[in-house]
Amino acid sequence: MKKIFLTPLLALSLTACSLSGTQESALRGTGDLGVIIERADGNVLIVEHSNNEILARVEGLGDLSHASVVFSRDARYGYVFGRDGGLTKIDLLKQRIDKRIIQGGNSIGGAISEDGRLIAVGNYEPGGVKVFTADTLELVADIPATALADGSKNSRVVGMTDAPGQKFMVSLFDTGEIWIIDFSDKTTSEPQITKFENIGKQPYDSMLTPEGRYYMAGLFGEDGLAMLDLWHPEKGVTRVLDGYGKGEQPLPVYKMPHLEGWTVADDKVFVPAVGRHEVLVIDQKTWQQKDRIEMIGQPVFVMARPDARQIWVNFAVPDNQYVQVIDSETAEIIKTIEPGPGVLHMEFSPRGEQIWISVRDRNEVQIWDTATLEHLYTLEADSPSGIFFTNRAHRIGL
Amino acid sequence: MSTFNKRQIRRLVLMASFFVPLLAQAGTPDANRQAELKHLLIQDCGSCHGLRMKGGLGPALTPDDLAGKPKESLVATIIHGRHGTAMPPWSALLTENEAEWLIDQLLQGVSP
Ligand code: HEC
Repeated sequence: MKKIFLTPLLALSLTACSLSGTQESALRGTGDLGVIIERADGNVLIVEHSNNEILARVEGLGDLSHASVVFSRDARYGYVFGRDGGLTKIDLLKQRIDKRIIQGGNSIGGAISEDGRLIAVGNYEPGGVKVFTADTLELVADIPATALADGSKNSRVVGMTDAPGQKFMVSLFDTGEIWIIDFSDKTTSEPQITKFENIGKQPYDSMLTPEGRYYMAGLFGEDGLAMLDLWHPEKGVTRVLDGYGKGEQPLPVYKMPHLEGWTVADDKVFVPAVGRHEVLVIDQKTWQQKDRIEMIGQPVFVMARPDARQIWVNFAVPDNQYVQVIDSETAEIIKTIEPGPGVLHMEFSPRGEQIWISVRDRNEVQIWDTATLEHLYTLEADSPSGIFFTNRAHRIGL
Repeated sequence: MSTFNKRQIRRLVLMASFFVPLLAQAGTPDANRQAELKHLLIQDCGSCHGLRMKGGLGPALTPDDLAGKPKESLVATIIHGRHGTAMPPWSALLTENEAEWLIDQLLQGVSP
């Protein structure tokens, strides 16, 4: 089953790297680099999107199912959060692991602080948040989540993002809370934590507006989203799209949707419905539902092109061979494409003229032109999942 | 994460014994289907239970974790899901036989 694909180029660069280490001496920037997770084998690929190339494969990162990546503010290092609780700092220029620790038993994602000095990880097991120094990965704070009613363990933590004011935001899946974890007091490593309870059942993921004002958690256990205005946290958490599927029998959700970044276009927010084959459109001025767009399956990622003119959507099994593109102005589907089985993630180039799509069961990353909606290139990768470009380094909430 | 209480187990066993004769298809899945199922188990069940079945949003499904749990109720969990939790019903994609085959794999231990 397991195939190892090495493009000639990759093989070359690996050889170059291992033989002489000359990679270091060639001056280059990192603004067009990125990381692709190879899910099953615990490897990552370092890629460059100016020339659509794989530069190197870095091995030995453990269980990378559900892995995500954030970047240092100099965009030289990527921090990879692995399922097995591994936190790995990768040097994109030296193309190797700079530092790796096992910080928990089971983690879901992390964030980097606005000043670039802290890395926070949200853990399922043991449920809580751990915070590390970004340069050496030394533990700064260990914050257990609320214990479950039966005392057996702590709530799992999801929806970790950074927020302005040296803050991290998280949601607690089992106990239905949103927390603001504030590290702005530089005299202590103890954060100040503000907790919002009863925000709704089973928040599964979250997103933040590009300016860092609104934090929104999607709810799995009920129809709706929980929103916090970070300019006015004293107003508390409000509910958006309450009961959006009222009276309808929900469809099975074979994979949890994700909220990544804030998909705002033309004053409209696009979010995946849960248990419905729909993308929901919220009017950002009134926070009321404006539209429901019928899709081919259960949406997983709903992502706006950087210019917000198009929305790209992928799906849970058994429809994960498709991607649909929505016109953000008319809210109509303009094209359904079929990259192949196991489309797991998509990442736009920084200005959005291309999108990279990981197609797990084809062992491919496909590069598509977003203007013509045509497939341009294919890179070979082993069970690719998440794709992360370094321009994330400079965006709030990513 | 809550586990089964006795009443739920009885209900699921009952449901299972009701559905088995309805859905039963001859024998174990053929080799092709087994390969598909193995893939589904690791990739799709794994997205919640972990590629190595060590847990995530869903509980760990290693042989140790499943030891002593009635097989019928585990099969019923796969087919009907568990209402009010993230475990979806798989009856639209899997037969009872196939769910049973998956449980057998889990009881033996799976690795990606
Ligand atoms: C969307 C997430 C999700 C997916 C996908 C998923 N599960 Fe689950 N599963 C869960 C959750 C959550 C539970 C625990 C339910 C509860 O709280 O009782 C669970 C429970 C179970 C149990 C019962 C475990 C026990 O100890 O009683 C079995 C068996 C199981 N799942 C098998 C599977 C199989 C096989 C698949 C793939 C065909 C699968 N699951 C896919 C979320 C998921």
